[in-house]
This record gives sequence, C-alpha cells and structure tokens, in this order.
Amino acid sequence: MADSSASIPRASTGPALPVIGKSDTKPTWCPGCGDFSVLAAVEMALKRLQVPSHNVAVVSGIGCSSNLPHFLSSYGFHAIHGRALPVAEGIRWANHGLTVIATGGDGDGFGIGAGHFVHTMRRNVDLTYVTMDNQIYGLTTGQASPTSMMGQKTKSTPNGVIERPVDPIALALASGATYVARGFSGDVKHLADLIANGIQHRGFSFVDVFSPCVTYNKLNTFDFFRQRVYKLETSGHDPTNIGLAFQRAIEWGEKIPIGLFYKVDHPTYEDLEEVLSAGPLAHQNAGLVGREKLLDEFA
Amino acid sequence: MSDLLVRTGGEAGDGIASLGETVARCFARMGLHVFGLNAYQSVIRGGHVWFQARASEIRPFSQGDGADILYCLNRETFDIHRADLRPGATIVYDPEKFAIAPGDVPTGARLLPVPTLAIARKYTSQAILQNASGLGAMAYLAGIPLPVLHGALADSFGKKTGDVVTWNLGASADGYEFAKQHSGANDHAVAPKGEGKLLLTGNQAIALGAAAGGVKFLAQYPMTPASGIMHWMAAHSRDLGIVVKQAEDELAAINMAVGASFGGVRAMTATSGGGFSLMVEALGMAGMTETPVVVVESQRAGPSTGLPTKTEQGDLHLMIGAGQGEFPRAILAPSHPKEAYQSTIDAFRLAEEWQTPVLLASDLHLSENYATVDRDEINLNVPIARIATATAPGTGEYLRYAYTPTGVSPRSIPGQPGLQYVAGSDEHDQKGHLISDVRAGVPMWVAERAKMMEKRMRKLDGLRRAAPPPVVEGRPDADVTFVAWGSTVGAIRDAMPVLEAQGISTNLLFVRTVYPLRADIVSTTLESARTSLLVEANYSGQLGQLIRQETGILLPHRLLKYDGEPFYPHEIVAKVRELTGHGGQ
Repeated sequence: MADSSASIPRASTGPALPVIGKSDTKPTWCPGCGDFSVLAAVEMALKRLQVPSHNVAVVSGIGCSSNLPHFLSSYGFHAIHGRALPVAEGIRWANHGLTVIATGGDGDGFGIGAGHFVHTMRRNVDLTYVTMDNQIYGLTTGQASPTSMMGQKTKSTPNGVIERPVDPIALALASGATYVARGFSGDVKHLADLIANGIQHRGFSFVDVFSPCVTYNKLNTFDFFRQRVYKLETSGHDPTNIGLAFQRAIEWGEKIPIGLFYKVDHPTYEDLEEVLSAGPLAHQNAGLVGREKLLDEFA
Repeated sequence: MSDLLVRTGGEAGDGIASLGETVARCFARMGLHVFGLNAYQSVIRGGHVWFQARASEIRPFSQGDGADILYCLNRETFDIHRADLRPGATIVYDPEKFAIAPGDVPTGARLLPVPTLAIARKYTSQAILQNASGLGAMAYLAGIPLPVLHGALADSFGKKTGDVVTWNLGASADGYEFAKQHSGANDHAVAPKGEGKLLLTGNQAIALGAAAGGVKFLAQYPMTPASGIMHWMAAHSRDLGIVVKQAEDELAAINMAVGASFGGVRAMTATSGGGFSLMVEALGMAGMTETPVVVVESQRAGPSTGLPTKTEQGDLHLMIGAGQGEFPRAILAPSHPKEAYQSTIDAFRLAEEWQTPVLLASDLHLSENYATVDRDEINLNVPIARIATATAPGTGEYLRYAYTPTGVSPRSIPGQPGLQYVAGSDEHDQKGHLISDVRAGVPMWVAERAKMMEKRMRKLDGLRRAAPPPVVEGRPDADVTFVAWGSTVGAIRDAMPVLEAQGISTNLLFVRTVYPLRADIVSTTLESARTSLLVEANYSGQLGQLIRQETGILLPHRLLKYDGEPFYPHEIVAKVRELTGHGGQ
C-alpha cells in the first residue's frame, strides 16, 4: 500500500500544548440563558481532564445551543439541523484518538435527529452527547419542542400542547446508552462532574441538561427546576440497576431527579470494529498499490 | 460483430443469475470479452428473471440484440423470449417440465430437449441440480471446454466441498455429454482467445476504484441498485482496512461520511435516487464547509419508488440542483465498468483537490451488469495525496477559508496543533467565524459574504478544467453525431459499427463529466456536426436541456427511453436509419 501515513499529521499530546479554553468568539445567547452554564461546564470538564484543544472535536446541529462549538478553542463542526450525531460518529471513526463531544438542543436531538439519537446509543460509540434541553424552539422564536410539556401554550400550540413529551432519559436507557445522566444549568459544578465522568466513560455518554430558555419558555424556568430537582447521588440511587434507572427516569412532577441514572461497561463500537484495531483510520495507509492479487477474484 | 448471445430464463429463486454469471465467467476465462445483463424483478421468489451473457472477441458494450442459445427453466421463458431469437438459435429445455409443440418453434430455431431433472435425480432429490445439467448443455453448445466450466463451477462454490460440489460437477458433465451426443452440428461454439479477462459489475468496479483512490470510510444504507458497492466493500473491509458502516438511513450515511472526511480520511456514500433525495441537505453542508465527499448516485427508474430493479437516467437535474443555494460540485458519468473504476479514482482526486462534493452518476444498467476488462486496464498504482494541506501558521492566524485565486484554502485535520477551526454550515468568514447572526446584514460583512461566495464558486471553474472532458469517439466527419452520457453510451457504441456496415457513418459525443459542462467543447463539436441525435434514458432529455442551457444549442433529434429497460443497439440503428432517410432495416 502507499505509505501516506508519513504525510498525515498525527495527533500529538504534550504538556506544552494548550488545553482547551474559550475561543475569541463571544457567545450570542440571550443574557441569562442556561446555555452559558453548559459552555462553562464543558470547558471545566475538558480542563480538568487536561485534554489539549487540538485533540477535541465539538460537533453540533442547528439551534441556539448548537452555536456552542464556536465558543471553544477546539476543532468544531457546526453541522445541519439534527445531524450532529452522525457527523460526530464519522469524526470519531476517522480518528478515535480524538475526544469527540456532540452538543445541541432538544429539537435538534429528540425531534429532527431522533433516529440518529437511538442508533448512536445502541452502537455505544465512544463519544459524549450533551443536550441543552429547554423544552422549546428558541432560535425560531418559540414553538413547541419534543420535550414541551402537555398543555404548554406556544406560538405553534396556542391552545396548548396535546402530545406527550419525549422522555430523553428513558429513551436513552431503552436504546442501550451506557452512561445516562441529567444535569441542570443551575448547578454548573455538578454538571461539569457529569460531563467529565461522561467523557471518561468508555462508550456513549449522554448528559441531558435542563437549560432554561429565559425568552420563550416561561414555564420551565430556572425557578421551576430549582424547586423540583434533587440529586440521585444523595438519594441512594443505584446507577448499575437499569430497572431502578427507568423508575427514576419517569419521575416528573414535584420532584425531578438529576445526576447519574445509569452506567454500565460494554465494548464500544470502536472496540468491535476490527479495522480500528490497527490505530486511528486517519493514520492508516490508503490505496491499493501492490495489491494486484486482489484482482484474482474477478478472474 | 461476430458474437454469441446466451440467454437463461426462469423464476426468481431458480438460480438464474448464478447460471448466467457462470457462463459469463467461462467466456472471460476463455479470453473473450463479455457483457452480462442480469434482468430481474423486485421479488425474491417467482416472477420472471433472465440473464444474457454476450461473448465476443471485440469488446461488446451492451447486451446486444436477440439470443443464440436460450435455456428455458420454465415455459414462460420460452413464451417471452421466442420472438427474440436469432436465426439458427437453439432452445434448451427439459420436456419433463413442459412441452413445446413443433409448430411453436420460431422458423430457423431448433429444440434441444435435455433430461435435466432425470440427470439431477441420479445424484439427489434436490431439483435445483437440474440447473447444472442445463448449464452443461449450454456450455457445450457455446464452445466452453468442460474443464473451464468445471473450474468456474467449482470456484462459484468457494471453499465449499462435499456432495453438492461433486453433484454439480457430475450433472454438468452429464448435460455437456448429452448435448454433445444429441445436438448434431454445433455452429454456436466460440473459440478461446488468449489470456483470461476479468469480469466485474459496475458496482464492483466502483468499489475497487474507491479503494484504489484511497477511501477509508464508506457509510451506506441498502438501496437497489447501489447496495453492491457496500457488499463488496464490506467483504473486503478487514483486508483493505476500510471501515464500512451500514447507517440507519441515508441522512446518517452522508453525514457520517462528511464527518469522517472532516476527521481526516477519504470518505464516501452510495445510494439511488430515493436515498440521494434524503442526502441533499448534507451535500450542501459538504459544499459549504468545503469538506470533500464522494457520493455515488446509481439511478433507477423513478419517480418515487418507481421501478426498483429497472434502469433510468432520470436524476441528472436532481444531481445538478441538489441542495439549497449554490456551491461547486462535479458529476462524473462513466458508461462501463472499466471507466467506472477510473472515474471513481478521479472522483476522489477531484473531491480532495477542490474540497467539495463530487458525484459519481451510475445507474442500474452500469451498476449491476457485468463486463470484462483486461488486467492491465486496471491500474492499482494510484498515488494518494496527503489530506492536510495546512501547516502551522507561526505567529499569524490560521485561516481555514482563506481567499485564494483558485478558491481552495489550506485545510487542517483535527489532531493538528494550532490549526483548530470550526467547519460551519452557516456562512462564515475566512477564519470560519459565523457571519450569519450578529454580523448578518452589517455592510462590512455583507461584502464579506459576497467574497466568500465568490471564493467557493471559483472552485467550479477549476473543477470544469480538472474533470474528464467530453470526448468524441468515431470518425470526426460523420453523418450522425450521437450525444450521450453514462451507460447509454454502451448500446450506441455497439450500434456504430452496425450503421457503418450499412453505409451510415456516425460518431459519439460522450459527455463524461455532465457537470460542470465543458460548453466550449460541446459547442465546437455540435456546431460542426451534420446531424446530432440525443440518446438518453429519461423522458425529458435532461442532458439536452442542460446543453441548451449552457450552449444555446437545441438538439431537435432525440431518442428517449423511459420504460425501465436499457437501450438495445437495434433501437439506435432503427432511429438513425429513420433520421437519415434510410427507412426500416
């Protein structure tokens, strides 16, 4: 085969290289938006893990929250609506030496991208998916989202939502995600812990974040969640038990759990894809030079 | 052209394709050129399917007209194909299965009843073994030496050994011997001609070309007639170090491919028109983010689900127009597996050099049918250029989307320190920063948007010069000039010598890159043509429309076909005779 590996730069690590930080682009979110906390938590998590910025790829779809990759100093891919996960998978399989984080909103991930959400989890691709779930479409100025509550009045549902919301946590559990957690923008430190642990987890880690929209969702506000959330870590939950995880997942009312619902170790897609055992695809040789014997099958 | 056409027909599930492929393989091993047509339906069992293997010393480019040997596994095959037999044809059948009254046999044709079931019963109660004895009879008639037949049969079982292989070899030898004893003078037999040739489908040629062109990642969702690309690649994934991902849908497939390409490998996806329709938005994303990706669009008869197992060239406008807004792309349209191999390599090179999506337009007729190539026509020595072209910027700032004369900017891949950027589907500046939100409409950024648009679209000029130009085949000064793209070229190439023998000279303007069109070459050729004939497998004459749009030249003479079937040389001959005032044949 052609030795093209020499010309492809390898991911390098070293203390001299800058760890991830903010980029020179300022976030354009509304003042008070929950997404600021998610950005801070992602940055804190990556800093804690000392990941150099050139070895991180942050991928997003479309929506307010999907602008997030622009605000970090890493590589980024700001894709089209609903497609963050397949793009992230492609990046991860091209170079599984990278830390890949997908971000986006509830409309992006659980509406237009719901199919990818399910399939990426059942594959146990080793990436971290952080959704900024504000239960509303913000960038399109306030329509109902897949996680909007029954009865909520929005521009597209002036008489109230008449569909039951998607439960992202239960869906993740049912789809085979191996790390399932929920955070709250009102508790950045807790959220950063969930994200850092998710990044360290080998396999698909999902962190759904209550990240209130201060402009268009007057129902699911910071106060709404502050009055209701409690931490699974301090309530005796066993995150190795998927049955208990489902029970906690469907809790929604006066008390809403945040924290780690479920964690299990399974081989990742990258572990099971034999081609990747020879190292990151981007560093492998390509082409058929010297492979004339291959033609024998057509003879 | 002296050729031999061997046709086998029966129900889906009868093993027709494997019978036909074995005959085609034998001819290729005898050093003959082959075209193999696999005509099937969207059913797994039942219906009517047939396979035509056409062998000739001179390369055939289509399935040809008629049949010389017809093996009927059922009566329906005889009824459907008897009108299509050439003079002197032999019909192989088993009278135990059905009868053919002498009066039903077309004039000039003869019957060769072969006790295929009785032969099979000598070995097993499994009736499928009748195929082997019928195959043996066909092989004798076709002049295939028994050892060649046995070699191909044994290879078709792969590593399998045991009774099934032994029975097949025995039953085929019996059928062979029976035909030898009972067929009388055999004037069908073709003679071996030198070194064996390679036999492959268009899809196999595309997959092989992709591997040679450096692909490391294929994501695909099953869809006829593109699935064969995934099948070949999956079978060779470990050996060649290529990740093959069957995605949950075509949306995922192309987005995975774009992600993998951004991540630093050559990547592709393949589909048919329905799947491609789902890929349209991501195609634009690849154009906007300037991420190379190769998309194979193997067309089938539409609209909508259409005729899933039948061919058409109805997606040209779709491919040209796919995606909101404007971005550079190229569309290559090979006509034959030999060209499909090279075109796929070209597609990867162009996508990489110009950092934009490149489409390979195939169709069912090219993707799924078989043709031979000589070993030395497949050059595996393809240099694979580096993907990352950006180097550390030193003190300056890295501009992923820097304005350049060609429109191509230095590209980094994740893992390279100091060269981070965000690839954005939103409009962006040279650095990759959005100009879609707080900068949109602000005068300075309005100008920047126009400049970025011009930078991207400049690549289209480069692509136009870098992609394979149209070629004129045949004599320069001809009575009739054919205009065609893709697999339709095959039947035209086969019609040309037939017309020449009838005193009508023709040449062919083969548009190998349908987009961006080389209007200069097309204009020059058509302006000097005496009479032009546009031949396309679609209703509207889409290439003709494109040519008119790009050159102002109207092609009034058109031969269009949209019944799902490929062109046959005789149809083209008849149209040209009509056009040139020669009347019927």
